[in-house]
Amino acid sequence: MTGTDAKPSDHSAMSRADDTSSGIRADSDAKPFRVLPRVTPENEHFWRGGREGRLTFLRCGDCGYWLHPPSPVCPKCWSRNVVPDAVSGRAVVHTFTVNYQPWIPTFDPPYVVAIVELPEQEGLRLTTNIVGCDPEEVVIGMPVRVRFEHYDDNGYEVWLPLFEPDRTTDSGATGHGSQLR
Amino acid sequence: MSEDRGGPFASMNPARGERKAIISGVGQSQTGRRLYREPLDLTVEAALAAIEDAGLTTAEIDGIATYPGNQDTPPGFSGVGVVEVQDALRLNLNWYAGGLESPGQLGSVITAIAAVATGLCNHVLCFRTVWEASAQGDKNRAAVTMGGGFGGTYRASGFMQWTLPFAAPSAAIWIAMMAARHFHEFGTTREQLAQIALNARRNAQRNPKAIYRDPMTLDDYLNVRMISTPLCLYDCDVPADGSTAVIVSRAEHAEAVDHPVAAVEAVGCAIHGRPSWDQWDDLTTMAMRDAAAMLWNRTDLRPSDVDVAELYDGFSFITLCWLEALGFCGHGEGGPFIEGGTRIALDGEIPLNTHGGQLSAGRLHGYGFLHEACEQLWGRAGERQVVRRGGDPEVAVVGAGGGPLAGALLLTRRR
Ligand SMILES: [Zn+2]
Repeated sequence: MTGTDAKPSDHSAMSRADDTSSGIRADSDAKPFRVLPRVTPENEHFWRGGREGRLTFLRCGDCGYWLHPPSPVCPKCWSRNVVPDAVSGRAVVHTFTVNYQPWIPTFDPPYVVAIVELPEQEGLRLTTNIVGCDPEEVVIGMPVRVRFEHYDDNGYEVWLPLFEPDRTTDSGATGHGSQLR
Repeated sequence: MSEDRGGPFASMNPARGERKAIISGVGQSQTGRRLYREPLDLTVEAALAAIEDAGLTTAEIDGIATYPGNQDTPPGFSGVGVVEVQDALRLNLNWYAGGLESPGQLGSVITAIAAVATGLCNHVLCFRTVWEASAQGDKNRAAVTMGGGFGGTYRASGFMQWTLPFAAPSAAIWIAMMAARHFHEFGTTREQLAQIALNARRNAQRNPKAIYRDPMTLDDYLNVRMISTPLCLYDCDVPADGSTAVIVSRAEHAEAVDHPVAAVEAVGCAIHGRPSWDQWDDLTTMAMRDAAAMLWNRTDLRPSDVDVAELYDGFSFITLCWLEALGFCGHGEGGPFIEGGTRIALDGEIPLNTHGGQLSAGRLHGYGFLHEACEQLWGRAGERQVVRRGGDPEVAVVGAGGGPLAGALLLTRRR
């Protein structure tokens, strides 16, 4: 997979027009189809932290370093004491693209894919979508905040961390604390 | 920076084993769109041509290396591996390797060079076969990053879990985000990036095997549909069918070949950052930053010595990153460097992607660049032959891979 460059002409392969039985549907109004992540004990804190409205990463219990993607050892102090902890949910758009190519049927372009960086630690980033604004409004450096989108595929639940413009950036009082537990 | 030759490579073994290896022959099958030929058939055609070009017989081939090995998915991405080729050609092997986890597509060639240099074998058949165009001609299948496609219960795992749920299944999107960051930090423009595609098309017009040979203008580029900003359709390479083979031999074999050979001056295969498309430390660079630094650390030649550059263009922005990484210009200076396209033209400072690259000649996935570098060094490039100092090129650099994948070769003409 990482060795491939899927091409614009590839999207025909992704047709799932005949797949109406999977039950992958948004739990409320019209959310687009999304491929869901395979939730494991290692990553469950991330994909299901949204149940409590918390954006959660592994964090070193000894030196405080945040880990992403999850890993069993802190790469800074080699402590194995890494435990889930919530961040504020605030972020800044590090880079983004407005995607116009219809890669995934029912997920209609244009939409914004972004890499956002979290204020808790330099380089703590994730790939996400910017929602809640027109694609043309998104700029690098823009403050955003997490907004979870809940998916329930016949009981298989995931909360995807999407981000929307943070129009309250000067309040400073957003989300949850990030103290060690 | 008075002395940057050591840097992160200061503690490396000073041996330069790659110089015990040469590329003694190359071969390529029929190439094109939707040939509907079996991948093994294409591969055998390329392999036999390369073996003959190297002045060898199948009985003398005692090694095979290939990328990415035989895998069924994504469709058209492989379909033939070491086992099929060994058996079809009835080779007796002393060494072989095939796989995806290597420094880009040329990682397989670098591994073969290492095997020859350590004496594990004499002559390695290296190959890369794609049939993505045919695969995509079948409406039920295509080359997609998730391989098996979406089943009702398909769940993304590994790296793909961090991108697929966000409708980002393609390297087009991942590379687009890197390009956007480069544009943001350095003021790079679409008009500048266009020169990679325009240069490729100009060169493809001189390559009878290229897929796209119609003229392309800057207006064509600027007006074609967007894929993922800032990348448009012409920033993306074209899926193709074809197989490319090269023979890596012991240096002593050079005398037995009836044409010049390509001596391996240096290889670059380092990756010092996190092996990830979105966790990489500086998204205005890619793994070629480290591969290129390693390559220059292993030779006294400098970028100004290079006569021809064949640099991966799965997406145009990757080529710009290769130019910067290899030091043809500084980090962030790639846009102004290629502006107007004269520096990278066939008669420019550093002729680039002389066969049309994957953008116009077709996505032969890394190996096409190595094949072209040898053709240029050996004076066999026909209408597109680069002339330097009144003769054929003497030094070529080849770089393949994007994102966290990168492998590079510095080759010199021998004889
Ligand atoms: Zn730690």
